[in-house]
Amino acid sequence: MTNVSRREFVTVLAAAAGGLLLGYRVEGAQRAGSAATTAAASPGFTPNAFIRIGADGGVTLIMPQAEMGQGVYTSMPMLLAEELEVAPDQIRLEHAPADDKLYANQFFGEQLTGASSSVRAFYEPLRRAGATARAMLVAAAAASWNVDPASCRAHKGVVTHTPTRRSLTYGVLAARAAALPVPDKVTLKDPKNFTLIGTPAKRLDTPSKVNGTAQFGIDVRLPGMLIATVAASPVLGGKVAGIDEQKAKAVPGVRQIVRLDDAVAVVADHMWAAKQGLAALDIRWDDGPNAKLSTPDIVQGLAKASESPGVTARKDGDPESAFAGAAKKVEAVYEVPFLAHVTMEPMNCTVHVRKDSCEVWTGSQVLSRARATAAEVTGLPLEKVVVHNHLLGGGFGRRLEVDYVTQAVRIAKQVDAPVKVVWTREEDVQHDVYRPYYYDRLAAGLDPGGRPVAWTHRIVGPAIIARYVPHFFKDGKDVDAVDGAVQLLYDIPAIQVEHVRHEEPVLNTGFWRGVGVTHNNFVVESFIDELAAAATQDPVAFRRALLGKSPRALAVLDLAAKESRWGRPLPRGRGRGVSVLYSDWGSYLAQVAEVEVTGSSDIRVHRIVCAVDCGSIVNPDIVKAQIESGVVYGISHALWGEVTLKNGRVEQSNFHNYRVLRMNEAPRIDVHLVRNSEAPGGIGEPGTAVTAPALGNALYAATGKRVRKLPLQQRLVRTGPASFCASVSEGSWPAQRLASRWALKVDETQLRLPPTFVAVS
Amino acid sequence: MVALRINGKSYQVDVPSDMPVLWVLRDVLGMTGTKFGCGMALCGACTVQLDGQAVRSCVTPVSAAAGKAITTIEAIGATPVGKKVQAAWIALDVPQCGYCQSGQIMSASALLARNARPTDADIDEAMAGNICRCGTYGRVRAAIKQAAQGASVSGKGARS
Repeated sequence: MTNVSRREFVTVLAAAAGGLLLGYRVEGAQRAGSAATTAAASPGFTPNAFIRIGADGGVTLIMPQAEMGQGVYTSMPMLLAEELEVAPDQIRLEHAPADDKLYANQFFGEQLTGASSSVRAFYEPLRRAGATARAMLVAAAAASWNVDPASCRAHKGVVTHTPTRRSLTYGVLAARAAALPVPDKVTLKDPKNFTLIGTPAKRLDTPSKVNGTAQFGIDVRLPGMLIATVAASPVLGGKVAGIDEQKAKAVPGVRQIVRLDDAVAVVADHMWAAKQGLAALDIRWDDGPNAKLSTPDIVQGLAKASESPGVTARKDGDPESAFAGAAKKVEAVYEVPFLAHVTMEPMNCTVHVRKDSCEVWTGSQVLSRARATAAEVTGLPLEKVVVHNHLLGGGFGRRLEVDYVTQAVRIAKQVDAPVKVVWTREEDVQHDVYRPYYYDRLAAGLDPGGRPVAWTHRIVGPAIIARYVPHFFKDGKDVDAVDGAVQLLYDIPAIQVEHVRHEEPVLNTGFWRGVGVTHNNFVVESFIDELAAAATQDPVAFRRALLGKSPRALAVLDLAAKESRWGRPLPRGRGRGVSVLYSDWGSYLAQVAEVEVTGSSDIRVHRIVCAVDCGSIVNPDIVKAQIESGVVYGISHALWGEVTLKNGRVEQSNFHNYRVLRMNEAPRIDVHLVRNSEAPGGIGEPGTAVTAPALGNALYAATGKRVRKLPLQQRLVRTGPASFCASVSEGSWPAQRLASRWALKVDETQLRLPPTFVAVS
Repeated sequence: MVALRINGKSYQVDVPSDMPVLWVLRDVLGMTGTKFGCGMALCGACTVQLDGQAVRSCVTPVSAAAGKAITTIEAIGATPVGKKVQAAWIALDVPQCGYCQSGQIMSASALLARNARPTDADIDEAMAGNICRCGTYGRVRAAIKQAAQGASVSGKGARS
């Protein structure tokens, strides 16, 4: 993504409560007009975040970024607190309102939490904001005492005049500081003097998340609020043909049926009545033009598209002549399936449409988009729409979309009360905005010593960027589709990476925890493993020899190899696989996975070792947690994740047929961090991306089978009894009971693919 | 009318007898700490305790809960085990998005209340029904062990 200038300009505004309201602004990302700029000293620059210091000394960080588990509600306050000289737990957080002008993420020019960008985007701006505020508070104190500011020290929200030990709190100083001019320059701390950044400070959101008080979008309660649940056309593009309204209305608690052209909602006193009502509706659908499409049709379209060249994203040397001179050519086709996000909190949105205003409560990664869609649907001017953000019960890119907000507003327009629209899990799985299906063709040429001399990679799939941020889609280049492929660090003289844009209208597709890289890293790191095998070399040694120009990548590879005891023999049936990742996130990762294939062809992941160099670290414990998280998410999709279509309908619906990793299947995960002072890299998504290739390569090591099409293990097929409902007397849900109710049936076709590689001499 | 006892308090709710406890808690009584995840007892986000036993409230009809003590995340901290579990969760910063954590804590507390020294296999058995998409499993396991250590009075029994 475009990185605009990072020079910040700070303005001070007199806060209503007599406090200090400080906004920092990013030159280049500004937009005209805002509440803040009217009072700002230099109109034309727009603040993108605010800090409020009240007369009570309370420091409020109005959070532009959404908390979805990745820890920004801790890391962002830490950045501020470090320079402001307060303890992080002295900072109160407020979800920012929807406003691109004030709260844009500088990487995107809009209020967006995604692409593992929060720490990268706010690392310096938040520190600068804190440092500026501190300098002004110190200046205000010094002026009160008529002493040199240099003789004063700020610590834990108090300014002390060191020689006389007089002190004043930030609360007392806030109003005085607000009257002072903003310093032109502030000096940020030398990282070696950090006392907070780089430490495993406790997460600020943990206490509310262990006692039930944390408020997610789904927890919104309003006076007179009704609950709705919805069924949208099971086939994209389909319409409602008919419903049995009377049967639904007969369900006690059902208040209203809302019929849209492509969906029906039942509005009720509570979710149970809404669900019962929806089931009673007996909706008939006109499936529309996609009614006959199934997954093989989509794959066929992609395969055909892969025969034509695409837009070149990188070209080094002359691959054609390099292939001509190669001793051996290796070719492969890789495929990755549609994937659902399956956030733990199903999609939901609460809306109150009044005659002249609209209020929305939800959890969103793009609050200003949520506001814009509500304005568009209601026809109200933007300023008449207020959107309240909440904690997100998982984002993973799903909440970068606002389809569920659009739909909820369409429903709420017809309801004379605030209405909370809650999707069932089935609706959530079947109406996702899916990770696209990608189809990749790769070829490489090896010299007689087995060293690659040519590499070509053709990626076929949609251009999400063209839909989502069209202003970033230039010259037909989708930076996301090729992310993780175009940066190939391996020292190969001739490289070509292409993207063939191929849109499939049958499913909505979008971002999914590192979409481009998650796909490309699997493909690239599996194929490089194939080359190592073709060269009859050890996978780690083969990579090492090609990473001489990338010391950071080499260092994480060596670290992962060492910590995993690479090369040490394993019992029969087990294997280790390695993967290396570098992409636009700016982080370097290397991972070693140890897997076992059981007698029943069940893949079990025993251990993951991940070495991470993400540059400057704000909170190492959160970085580790994000890697642990990414790995688990990555294992789920690599082993089982697959959304399939039959006659236009998504075949999966809930956790019984969209399998995700559980506690009893989770491996030991060891994360090793490299500490340095490089620029911070993203960390929310890389752990997911780097996992699938390590698992695939480990599977190869364990079995000799190369799997070029995810998921590695065909999904769990439910063959047990229809009912999974735990009765009251059954108590908890032991693993054995789970296993006995679901006969694990493995489709072995994935393990019977052609030989490891196709060698053409 | 159904008479319920939740977190030590009595309630009379006018709901259908087949209505799952989950929706009574969330939509009728406004206790939103218990989460909706799947509606099929597959994910554990809705776990509450019924007479100390972990159950999936999304498939437990309110009629089956009548006459029993329902404990939810809002009050689990008032039990000795629940308090230790919450403390361990905070000490290890277990939650990420946090959405599944009410259910994780309710299952873990039920486990520790009946088994003060759970082995890894015991933890697997008790916790396999609680899905976490943020992948906090390693920390959940470690926190259960830490809470178990805190719960120990006799010091007997081998730690797994």
